[in-house]
Amino acid sequence: MSATQGNATLPRKILTFGGLGLILVYCLAPFYWMAVSAFRRPSDQFELTALPAPFSLDNLTAVFSPGVGFGRSLLNSLVVAGVTTILTLIIGVSAAYALARLNFRFKNAVAALIIATSMFPGISLLVPLLALFTDIGWINTYQSMIVPSLSFALPLAVWNLTAFFRQMPEELEQAAMIDGCTRGQAFRKVILPLAAPGIFTTAIITFIAAWNEFIIALSMVNDSTMQTATVAISRFTGAYGFDQPFGTQMAAGVIVTVPLVVVVLLFQRRIIAGLTAGGVK
Amino acid sequence: MTAVVRRARGATSGAGRLAAALLSPTFVVLGLVVGYPLVAALRESVFREGTDLDESGFIVEGSRFVGVDNYTAIFAGESAARFWNAFGNTTVFTVITVALEVVIGVAMALVMHHAIRWRGVVRASILVPWAVPTAVSALLWRWIFQADGVANALIGRQVLWTTEGWQAKFAVILADVWKTAPFVGLLVLAGLQIIPNDVYEAARVDGASPWRQFWRITLPLVKPALLVAVLFRVLDALRMFDLPFVLIGSRKESVETLSMVAFDEASSLRFGPAAAYATILFVYVAVTALVFVRLLGADVIGAARERSRK
Repeated sequence: MSATQGNATLPRKILTFGGLGLILVYCLAPFYWMAVSAFRRPSDQFELTALPAPFSLDNLTAVFSPGVGFGRSLLNSLVVAGVTTILTLIIGVSAAYALARLNFRFKNAVAALIIATSMFPGISLLVPLLALFTDIGWINTYQSMIVPSLSFALPLAVWNLTAFFRQMPEELEQAAMIDGCTRGQAFRKVILPLAAPGIFTTAIITFIAAWNEFIIALSMVNDSTMQTATVAISRFTGAYGFDQPFGTQMAAGVIVTVPLVVVVLLFQRRIIAGLTAGGVK
Repeated sequence: MTAVVRRARGATSGAGRLAAALLSPTFVVLGLVVGYPLVAALRESVFREGTDLDESGFIVEGSRFVGVDNYTAIFAGESAARFWNAFGNTTVFTVITVALEVVIGVAMALVMHHAIRWRGVVRASILVPWAVPTAVSALLWRWIFQADGVANALIGRQVLWTTEGWQAKFAVILADVWKTAPFVGLLVLAGLQIIPNDVYEAARVDGASPWRQFWRITLPLVKPALLVAVLFRVLDALRMFDLPFVLIGSRKESVETLSMVAFDEASSLRFGPAAAYATILFVYVAVTALVFVRLLGADVIGAARERSRK
């Protein structure tokens, strides 16, 4: 019995391992190429060897050369994504709790409306906001990037948090309320501490979405000292006019992406739980 | 005991008010950053800016009411060719990328579902394309698709990928599929994991082949998760901007999407036409979402609830 099963699973095993190998190559090869290109010398940028030889940090130092101002762009990205994440969590936690725990009329309609807002094309919101921000002098400010970012970050966070709150057993609050807590106290003292992992995961997902944002930052800012990292990279110009400085861009891409990849690898289990519960990018 | 019952009852009757209080910050913010712009876009789309001559030949400055002129210009007037091209590109990109992403994503999910060892490593690696910013991935693919880049070296030909033509479309589709197929794979994997194993055992006892099991059991049972994933991908692909903008460039006929046309108009300060394009894209997205939810029965809320319950 066990022998036949072993025979039956051997080709299947090979198929599975081959498949896993394919997935690994698919996901990592382009990223690997970015890293390899970042560590080549600019003079052999177009080499096709699998490893940079000789290994060089020239591209990395070029990214941070004073004229480029990439350090400032990273700081801008950090401010915009960080503030967006914090605001989103402060506003979104209470809404998510209501959707997960309270019974009220139109609950499904409310949930549908919130999820629907995240589906709206960014450009439909951007055109009027661009006109508005031009009028009130908000162009080239942090708030001109943070406020529109809430349009996609807030529904995403509410959706994820709702899923996390719903997974927590309701008996927890009921017990706290029997012991004399009000609903508010039960939320603060029992639910919130226990939901901390979920809130943390939501924070990561929201931060990554805000950090990767492009079209808002591109539209709202034309001053190079205010642009975020993603916009800055796309606008790097080479020393030779028409030449696109790919080496510098790949190095900057590595700098922008590696922190995210590290965070993602550290918390992959939780992030996957969050992504699949929310179902939204 | 009675006190508990009273408190519990009090909580239900006050739930509506409490819910309103808890939800109001979110609704105020969404009203400001989503509701207001949608209405404003509709209003702006019936105005046009710039210097113009009125009927009696006087010069008029600033924006003036033009009714549906912006829309007629888009559908049938001077901008019609550009609009229909962008509409076609948007639709073609959406259909092809989502179809490929579903096939590749389902295949990835099946492989991961059957793997016992290495599953953690592969699941982690699958998050890498998702975590790379789209703008950075566009640059990465632009680098790969350079004339003397690695893509041409691998196929041993000289294709100018990032110039106008079918090859530019292909480059955009490939880059988009790379980034998002793994994400579809994750969502499908979550759907696969709730299928009870005894269903397959029963099928095996009845002598169903693996192929038949896939079509008759796996696919129908994973359909709710898959439909939601497809809905999100379709709506996301319809607003595609970063990738063609950075990978190929703006004002490139072969890859220009509706978002790109609207952006281009707005950045040349033609807010009226830009708002009209944006509104048309919004209607396109909304209609598509409605069709998905009504005709195909994509149950977004139910599917999420189902998954968070397990």
